[in-house]
Amino acid sequence: MNRKQKKNLIRIIAASVLMVAFIFVPVSGIWRLLLFLVPYLIVGYDILLKAVRGIINLQPFDECFLMAVATIGAIIVGLVGDGDYVESDAVMLFYQIGEWFQSYAVGRSRKNISELMDIRPDHANVEKDGATEETDPDEVAIGSVIVVRPGERIPIDGVIIEGESALNTAALTGESLPRDVMTGDEVISGCVNMTGVLRIRTTKEFGDSTVSRILDLVENASSRKSRSENFISKFARYYTPIVVFSAVALAVIPPLMIMLFGGAARWGVWIYRALTFLVISCPCALVISIPLSFFAGIGGASREGVLVKGSNCLEALSKTRTVVFDKTGTLTKGVFEVVAVHPDKVDENTLLHLAAHVERYSSHPIAISLRAAYPDEADGCEITDVKEKAGHGVTAMVNGDAVAVGNTAMMKAAGAVVEKCPHDHAGTVIHIARNGEYLGHIEISDVVKPTAAQAIVQLRRSGVKKTVMLTGDSEAAARKAASELDIDEVYSGLLPEDKVNKVEELLKAQGSRELTAFVGDGINDAPVLTRADIGIAMGALGSDAAIEAADIVLMDDDPMKISKAIRIAGKCMSIVKENIWLSIGVKAVCLILGALGFANMWTAIFADVGVMMIAVLNSIRALFVRKL
Amino acid sequence: MKKTYKIDVDCANCANKMENAAKNTAGVKDAAVNFMMLKMIVEFEDGADPKEVMQRVLKSCKKVESDCEIFL
Repeated sequence: MNRKQKKNLIRIIAASVLMVAFIFVPVSGIWRLLLFLVPYLIVGYDILLKAVRGIINLQPFDECFLMAVATIGAIIVGLVGDGDYVESDAVMLFYQIGEWFQSYAVGRSRKNISELMDIRPDHANVEKDGATEETDPDEVAIGSVIVVRPGERIPIDGVIIEGESALNTAALTGESLPRDVMTGDEVISGCVNMTGVLRIRTTKEFGDSTVSRILDLVENASSRKSRSENFISKFARYYTPIVVFSAVALAVIPPLMIMLFGGAARWGVWIYRALTFLVISCPCALVISIPLSFFAGIGGASREGVLVKGSNCLEALSKTRTVVFDKTGTLTKGVFEVVAVHPDKVDENTLLHLAAHVERYSSHPIAISLRAAYPDEADGCEITDVKEKAGHGVTAMVNGDAVAVGNTAMMKAAGAVVEKCPHDHAGTVIHIARNGEYLGHIEISDVVKPTAAQAIVQLRRSGVKKTVMLTGDSEAAARKAASELDIDEVYSGLLPEDKVNKVEELLKAQGSRELTAFVGDGINDAPVLTRADIGIAMGALGSDAAIEAADIVLMDDDPMKISKAIRIAGKCMSIVKENIWLSIGVKAVCLILGALGFANMWTAIFADVGVMMIAVLNSIRALFVRKL
Repeated sequence: MKKTYKIDVDCANCANKMENAAKNTAGVKDAAVNFMMLKMIVEFEDGADPKEVMQRVLKSCKKVESDCEIFL
């Protein structure tokens, strides 16, 4: 509670105690009025002042003015009528309770959500002449050496120059498994160093570091307003004046009509009903609960490693019915791996052994994958005379034998005859020959991520009707991955600009209330990310272009996060809708009941404050998305 | 040119009013108030002096919502 909230709470308590006590004081007439004016003024003086200021500034239709008119009206009704002043006091009191609750709830959730994203480091230990010095991260120049001790957060992006440790990236990616790092590794700010002391040479300024960019994105997210929010602010602009004019009409027209037909006008009754109208005229429940729901939804999503750029993106995401994937790096790992070993004359291990040896010094992706498949490559074997022939492969002498590793052209050059393989190969095939004799082949391919198939299933469950895969790869490779993952449509052999065209075609083909999302890894697909209704960049923490172009950034590269993001958006939007219907519905019912004389001011204020509280509590539900 | 200012305001409706007031101030191209973060993001028209414009923005905001503050 801040000071203002404390002060208001004391006012509310004091006024309620006095009001209840005064009910039992046996005075009447003007003395009773004066008595009840005490709690009224204690709890409502600021409202009255604001109302006067509103009139001076020619901005009469604010809620303070309405509350002032309604309560003063109620006092006058009491003065000329039954001498009941409890009502005016109570209305003002409940109104203030509502305001207080609203301010408290918003303050709390604001604090909660900022704490959740509390990844802002408060200092960096900069190394200077052998000693470390605590410095404001903002003042650390690029290339400085900083020391991060266990338990501390890495303040600035950089490269480790000394030390090894495990990093907790949970705050950034939602991933709870620690990541092992060692000298030479790049590290991003925001991770917590867990085990060893690290010396890091910074590669960015604090302002450009991952942690600043994420904070920036999340903090500005709710500034990009959704259609629901715009609807509400428009609604609020018209709602209050309409209710006020209806109240005036209600106070004047029915009695005049009754008089016209010769009945008793009963002005008091109609004016009282009109005052009841005014009490319900404040659109607070709507106006507060909608942005609060989005804020909570965006906050909850970012805790799960899903950065949403604005309320409008969250709204759009909930309507996603088609998801288009870029294959490489999104559904597949984007790294070559050995997927099959088919030896002809030797055993599998020997074949891998030879291939890995020949490729010992090469930095080609294929060489890297072959070495990864045979981890004990650095054994005692003697490798000499390594020759790389571009576009063909590599030859080398292994323990005195001439070994050739490469494509069919290479085999021909080595004098080996390639045996036809009975298996179907979608990936790249590497042949191996020793001393001109064909030994067998190894298939290398980009492998699908372990969670990719499950992710597609989950997407369908979250309401996605169509999944599409776009890739620059060959058709065979694309088909294989698509059937493995059960993807509806595949388009292969596409250049980057073809992908934009394909997405445009899909956009044209979709239904009017359906949207298409494109998921890419941010590497040269920024134009597609921009073109789709919703661009989702995956594992894009390093790529500025992707963060710029995408609407939603997944901080790690797990495709399961896509369906999770859609479900978070769906939950948030249903809360928003619930709140809109609840608030407008209850108000409409109260207005009708009030006009017909079934609802008095008590009911009205209860409905108003009650609905607001329910709507605010409902909004906060959007924050809890872990189990979705 | 865009600048972000910290603000203080009690209710969401008041924040909307501030946003409209700021939008209609001379020298302001566009403005957005983020009630949840208590921030006002103002985009100035070319050649406008932010300091001077913000004085006007503050004044028109005070007019629609006396109980607000912009920390300039």
